[in-house]
Amino acid sequence: MNILELQELKLTFNGRSVIDGLSLAVEPGEIHGVLGVNGTGKTTLAYLIMGVNYTPDAGKIIFEGKDITTYTISQRAQMGITLAWQEPARFEGLTIREYLEISRNLGLDEVEDCLLRVGLNPQQYLYRAVDVSLSGGERKRVELASVLAMKPKIAVLDEPDSGIDIVSLPYIMNGIVEMSQQGTSVLLITHNETTVEIAPRVSVLCAGKITNTGEAKEMCQWFKQNCQVCDHINLPAY
Amino acid sequence: MVVVKEYEAMLEAYGKAGGDQNALKTPEVANLVVHENKILSANEVPGIRLDYQETENGIIADLLVEENTKSKYPIHLCFGILPEEGLQEITLRVTVQDGAEVSVIAHCIFPNAVNVIHSMDADIKIGDNAKFSYQETHYHGQSGGIKVIPKAKIKVGKKGIYESTFTLIEGCVGVLDYDFEVFGDEKSISELVVKVYGKKEDDIRVAEKIHLNGAGAKGLAKSRLVLNDRAKAVVMGETYGNAPFARGHVDCIEIVNGEEAIAKAIPVVSVRDEQAKVTHEAAIGSIDKRQLQTLMARGLSEEKAIDVIVKGILK
Repeated sequence: MNILELQELKLTFNGRSVIDGLSLAVEPGEIHGVLGVNGTGKTTLAYLIMGVNYTPDAGKIIFEGKDITTYTISQRAQMGITLAWQEPARFEGLTIREYLEISRNLGLDEVEDCLLRVGLNPQQYLYRAVDVSLSGGERKRVELASVLAMKPKIAVLDEPDSGIDIVSLPYIMNGIVEMSQQGTSVLLITHNETTVEIAPRVSVLCAGKITNTGEAKEMCQWFKQNCQVCDHINLPAY
Repeated sequence: MVVVKEYEAMLEAYGKAGGDQNALKTPEVANLVVHENKILSANEVPGIRLDYQETENGIIADLLVEENTKSKYPIHLCFGILPEEGLQEITLRVTVQDGAEVSVIAHCIFPNAVNVIHSMDADIKIGDNAKFSYQETHYHGQSGGIKVIPKAKIKVGKKGIYESTFTLIEGCVGVLDYDFEVFGDEKSISELVVKVYGKKEDDIRVAEKIHLNGAGAKGLAKSRLVLNDRAKAVVMGETYGNAPFARGHVDCIEIVNGEEAIAKAIPVVSVRDEQAKVTHEAAIGSIDKRQLQTLMARGLSEEKAIDVIVKGILK
């Protein structure tokens, strides 16, 4: 049984179709890549799965066989779904340790382990605030560490590689692999065909629908040959 | 006997308010414990002199930190009124002589207040190269029947440092009229921080004023307020750059988390020297939606997520 199934999702925003009959299935434990250029609906797709801002006009979101289309964010998270935002929120007064402990009771060892797995030294980061003092790369690594700490059944990662420097990127990628190794299914949403190579299966998103699904190499090639030169006009929903 | 009972009751309330009871019993720690207008405990340590007298409605205390004294332990102050009604007027005169460094932890405790007035009128002089840190934490009951009027004028000497944090997040505020004004000399550093959690009918007024009078003086007036229910607040953060290379900043965030709560911010930045620079940022709004969604995506309910965000802002 697939852990997550999106069935014929449709969403219209301001009279414009942004998700147009999108169907996708994620198997338990897999890293499933979603590849799309800017404005194809990647973030909208992530939000729909998490129940953020939008409810689909049509179609179903099935998680472990259960229809969760109208569930709240909290309900979905409590079932084992989470989302790492493309630009994670900053929190004044909340330490990284506290942030990682939000989803469940962790021992200090576990918190430190999560930080180490994304390449952050616990001694330097445990008691820093999750605020504007963190760089973009640090904040994204903290976000991945918090997903590792939560141990969700599926993590939706919205462009975890965007705006990341070349020093931080390997840690981000390692964190995603670690996530999968601990049993979390990963939906890796990105516009970068290099990033998505860690996913055994990749789906290509165009104009709010999945056009192809297949092996990473094959899909990346298809993406390069078709999407990057396509004159199709994609517009973000927000 | 009455004094002993009051002292024990104050100690208990002090502990509940987050104070360290042992600190008040340790001879190495300077302290002053006042209930209404009665001085229940006072302790001096070498380098820190404390003179005090009871008045009709409160006390007058003179705190002197002698030149180059570097206090290992903070001075503990505990003021409060335990009955439902009362008046407490504190006059506090602080002198931190040149080169001295000391911090003060003050707890103000009014757990049963129904009709209480607590005022503090402080005059603080910080010498050259001296450092004075002042943390005042209030512990109120739920009735909101209290009026708190802390006022202070602070002079900071050359290369002196003044840091103060006023925190009122436990219980109902009641009426708060906070007014601190700092005058910073050459290369001094002044930081005023206020954190208040307003609820029910609380009425809050915060005025933070920093005059950067010496060359290279720096100042920050920071406030964090969260307003629930029908609470209302006005925050006036004022910074004046009056000397070359003075640098000041006003930083105000007010979160309105109640349909009838009202928040206002009136930042004032003024420069009288072309080489001075002062800036301000004020943000008033509801709980940040992205923050809320992020915490909910980690499994928290909406209520719990709001609680985490508010506690973080007021931490």
